[in-house]
Amino acid sequence: MMTERFETGFHPFVLPFLAGMVFVLGVCALKAVRVVFELNKADRKKWLLSLLRPDLILKNILDIVLDCLIHVRLWKRNRVLGFMHSSIAFGWFMIILLGHLEVLMYCPERLSTFYYPIFFDFFIEGGQTAVISRLMDAFLLIIITGIIIAFIKRFWSRIVGMRRTARPSFLNLVGLYSLWAIFPLRLIAEQYARAGDLNAAPWWAYSTALCVFMTVLPFTRYLHIPSEMLLITMRNAGVEISSPHRGMARVQADSCPNCGVCIDACPMNADPANLRHSTVYLTRQLRRGNEARIREISNKCMLCGKCTSVCQVGVDGPRMRILARATEKYRINLHFAASDVDSSAIGESGGGKSKGALLYFSGCMSQLTPKIGRSVESILRKAAVDYEWMDRDGGLCCGRPLYTAGRLKEAAELIERNEELIIGSGAGTLLVSCPICYREFREKYRLHGIRIVHYADYFCELMDRGRIRLDKGDICYVYHDPCELGRGCGIYDTPRRLISKAAAIAEAPKSRVESVCCGGSLGSLSLDFEHREKITRASLENLYASRADAIATSCPLCLTTFSRYSDRPVKDLAQIVDEQIIL
Amino acid sequence: MTDFGFTLSCSSTLDLGKVDNDKFEELCRLEPGAGVCIGCGSCSAVCPSARLSGMSVRKVLLAVRRGRNVREMLQCCMLCGKCTIVCPRGINTRNLILSICKLYDD
Repeated sequence: MMTERFETGFHPFVLPFLAGMVFVLGVCALKAVRVVFELNKADRKKWLLSLLRPDLILKNILDIVLDCLIHVRLWKRNRVLGFMHSSIAFGWFMIILLGHLEVLMYCPERLSTFYYPIFFDFFIEGGQTAVISRLMDAFLLIIITGIIIAFIKRFWSRIVGMRRTARPSFLNLVGLYSLWAIFPLRLIAEQYARAGDLNAAPWWAYSTALCVFMTVLPFTRYLHIPSEMLLITMRNAGVEISSPHRGMARVQADSCPNCGVCIDACPMNADPANLRHSTVYLTRQLRRGNEARIREISNKCMLCGKCTSVCQVGVDGPRMRILARATEKYRINLHFAASDVDSSAIGESGGGKSKGALLYFSGCMSQLTPKIGRSVESILRKAAVDYEWMDRDGGLCCGRPLYTAGRLKEAAELIERNEELIIGSGAGTLLVSCPICYREFREKYRLHGIRIVHYADYFCELMDRGRIRLDKGDICYVYHDPCELGRGCGIYDTPRRLISKAAAIAEAPKSRVESVCCGGSLGSLSLDFEHREKITRASLENLYASRADAIATSCPLCLTTFSRYSDRPVKDLAQIVDEQIIL
Repeated sequence: MTDFGFTLSCSSTLDLGKVDNDKFEELCRLEPGAGVCIGCGSCSAVCPSARLSGMSVRKVLLAVRRGRNVREMLQCCMLCGKCTIVCPRGINTRNLILSICKLYDD
């Protein structure tokens, strides 16, 4: 039988908890309002309307439960980490939920006090016999198991499969230790109360730990707990980052839990000196507003996108960096498209052709690797495809290098010029061999119905339609996924299908989404030659581990970069296909 | 005065006594690679903009060394990065170009 121990239903030890609670709710509400006002008008409208749509409300709730509470994505990546995080998040949520249920069932008039569900055992006698109480004990033990793992991970991260974790700042440590303290203190305090000992000291300790945690929460990584919920609703509404610091960028930075998964993923970790340029530190500096470091981190990154693909909350590191680069002031503008150049020389070989024909764009990078263009041409000829090579004798850049350098306006000028050329050619399909150009065409160009296709997809189609037939050779290739083609455009399977038809194929330990950047990326502005070499060698080691005879890739930049250091042949996909075609 | 024989004309390009080195030294601080360039011209040979506009990274760097304003010469760069790939000295030419863009006034 449950009875209230105190008629007043109050004890001074609840005050620290209440103070912390009021503080954290107030600060988080203010932060949320600021973010919403920082969004541009269209995004704000989109977000507000999305909160009214039933399908999106359902999706929001589902995503919040799966991502914030159960950490499904983390489970898929690393089961120990998944258990650790979900035990604390889900366990704590269940304790709070069950605590409220308990109060609702036995003393609903106390629900308005806020603190009754938290300190139930102190105020109510006999609660420990109820089923709910047993359940809560079970969840408390699960949480404590999670905290023990977290404790071990703190000093020996390899045991949970992480080579490196993020360096915590001082406040983060305060938050961390107070979080760890909350649950054992609760356990101890409850044991005292259940034994009939109403000593308030353990309850004071428990309440103080809660207060400390909630007070530092808005200034530490634990802000991700409330922030991630806002991020999920905004992402589901289709809001994208449009400012380097404000709005969506701020939500994403606040949602970063500093788990450090991106540190191990970053290809730059080939040199430990570059670990400080990981996305986890970018979000930290964004929150601190440290402009010098934001610039340094932004300029160093190769924009391979691996951190985003492994990120548990979906922080878009590359996009944040590009926008940060765009804030840089330059005194000279690179107005190629607007300058007085002889435009008749551009794309003359591709202009004025019949409708429906194939227009081939090799990109400027392919001019350093003429074998790619030659192979593509040879395949097209063998398949009897009517084509025109737009930039056989040189052409305009696609604009992606300018875009990634943060020079958005100048990139847009180039894009506009290229659009005119491509649309003016009257082609129905644009075949692209460079993944960098391909991504830019897909994401930024408006080509009015002209189909943009990467040659891996196109050759696969030719093969499926029987226009080309491949002879299976006996060389074993390992395929390297170029960043822009794989993570950038999601093309993983067609290159592998082509290679498996033309030769034997092996998989590297890290492939597809996990593929390691070749180190030649144009994304980085400040990475120097020595560091790039280390990255290339690390990337090659990953490919060598497959024990393949040769390396295949489908990017002119990867081809050039690997060829420089590889101890075995490096070939482009087009070369392999061309060599193995049966006439 | 003399309308026959040989005369010595002043160098049209270089008078080391009058060269203003400030910009170049600042550039070397921003991108140390500027100092190790051997002027081989690989960058200009592969430049996709060169054929259309006469852009040349080698010339630009030479002009910076000689204290000239390179505003006009740089405008046509598309930052494609081919010059970085071929540079035998491993100079980060893209950062070089972006650094020069920061240096000069209109």
